[in-house]
Amino acid sequence: MDPSKRRFLKRSVVLLGASGLVTSGSKEVGAFEPPDVPPWMKSPGAGFNEYGVPSKHESKVTRTLIRSQPGTTGSGAARTPLEALDGTLTPSGLHFERSHSGVPDIDPDKHRLLIHGMVKRPLIFTIDALLRYPMVSRIHFLECSGNSQFLYQPTPPSLTAGQTHGLVSCSEWTGVPLRLLLEEAGVDPGAPWILAEGADAAAMSRSVPMAKAMDDAMLALFQNGERLRPENGYPVRLFLPGWEGNMSVKWLRRLKVVPAPIMTKDETSRYTDLQADGRSLMFTYPMEVKSVITRPSHGMTLKGAGLYQISGIAWSGGGTISRVEVTSDGGRTWTAAPLSPLVLPRALTRFRLPWRWDGSASVLKSRATDDTGAVQPERDRFIADHGNNAIFHCNAIQAWGVAANGEVKHVYA
Amino acid sequence: MSTRDLAWAVIAVVAAGCARATVVETPNLGRPATAAQIAGWDISVGPDGVGLPPGSGTAAKGAVVYEQKCQACHGAKGAGQPNDRLVGGQGTLASKTPVRTIGSYWPHATTIFDYTRRAMPYVQPQSLTDDEVYAVTAYLLHLNGIIGDSDEINARTLPTVKMPNRDNFIIMYPARPR
Repeated sequence: MDPSKRRFLKRSVVLLGASGLVTSGSKEVGAFEPPDVPPWMKSPGAGFNEYGVPSKHESKVTRTLIRSQPGTTGSGAARTPLEALDGTLTPSGLHFERSHSGVPDIDPDKHRLLIHGMVKRPLIFTIDALLRYPMVSRIHFLECSGNSQFLYQPTPPSLTAGQTHGLVSCSEWTGVPLRLLLEEAGVDPGAPWILAEGADAAAMSRSVPMAKAMDDAMLALFQNGERLRPENGYPVRLFLPGWEGNMSVKWLRRLKVVPAPIMTKDETSRYTDLQADGRSLMFTYPMEVKSVITRPSHGMTLKGAGLYQISGIAWSGGGTISRVEVTSDGGRTWTAAPLSPLVLPRALTRFRLPWRWDGSASVLKSRATDDTGAVQPERDRFIADHGNNAIFHCNAIQAWGVAANGEVKHVYA
Repeated sequence: MSTRDLAWAVIAVVAAGCARATVVETPNLGRPATAAQIAGWDISVGPDGVGLPPGSGTAAKGAVVYEQKCQACHGAKGAGQPNDRLVGGQGTLASKTPVRTIGSYWPHATTIFDYTRRAMPYVQPQSLTDDEVYAVTAYLLHLNGIIGDSDEINARTLPTVKMPNRDNFIIMYPARPR
């Protein structure tokens, strides 16, 4: 195949909008098209409502691949439909969910946060009290360390971008810097760890290094401008920017300053990474540099040769995305994709690139680099380094195969 | 506070921020927590055994509790199904089909007590007595061939139990060369 036929267009080409990629059912013509005037212009529209919801025509855009342990409804996860979204912020109602024993129904007036252990003054806070503390707002991704775990499978799973990578979402989080409360409690400056515990039925708990707690850790009360959604920790959660999601303990009820990690179930038997040699990595906190093309992606069908826009997201728990490269020939040639201007540390970053598809079989991939120099690895390299036995922290490059008939499927290439 | 006071407060914060980013005034709304309040909530148990309550149990007693309250989800003798398998798998971790159980994988025996007490049984967490938790812990250790069926597990003995996979974890914080 002649590579020149499917080279990327130069940046000067006008970027097309997101539409026109996927067939969307039957096309009615006549009364809706010019010169006719559509019926919704011929009578007044609906009135106001107290809390807005998406258009009924978007009802298929939902969390996806919702799975729970046998016999349970709330011990599992629900993923963000990345392929249906654009931009960098995730609607709160579509933010991924990961819970270990369901979503508790917490009355904020009856919720308490206890800080104790190696502190001079053990303290109890109400939510009303926390709401009076100095707050900060930051835009950050949150990613479950089990995100992209299907790429450990020996054969490419038949799953959409959201089903494979939708355990990452991005929000503006507003809350109280944890450091302020620890200082008020008179934290022992030499104390190295804090046990964080949720008020769910699993009393989910993780040990957090003091250095993170005193750096950018936050007690988040607001998500995208409104109070946290129940499934994201209402009324208060710990938020640790860039670190594996389960450490940002939801429904936070207790912080105990301790001399050593508690070695909870979730930091020993669960969120550790079994390597091919039988040993396991423990305390693998930051999420690695990663990217995925969300459009086109698995399950979509291109409607013939021509100009398309490749769009995707990149992120890194290690810092800020500095570069995303895209290939349409399976990795022989790579082109730097422009980043949408909102490029923030530990936040989803949108990249877009015009692509003229020549109608031949192609393999699309994206490769992200962050400002520490970390580069997203090819899947072959990643599996060679880590084996297939791990569940978490997979940041391998995702490939989408485009067939000559336009069908896009998950491939290993 | 007048607007002028507010302005000075902002200047103070900004000036403090230049010197040291930690000086932010807070309203001091935390209420002192009493020892009794803390005791009611402090359910975490570390590998050193700190936090383990009085009480004890053996595998023989634990088998009874297990059959009543655990077996429906974890199978007879911890064999698994419909939920996590708890027993066996030793020697499989480097194979193509690793079986991660308490016996093959968990590095600390204290975690069994901590997790069972806080989160199990799934439908009725924090309902077992401390003696029942000790007994179930002993039973699971025994099923995995780690202790005998009459060995007593209590606050003194549990932290001394050496788990088979204890030395096969590589601590990645703070360094992480991946």
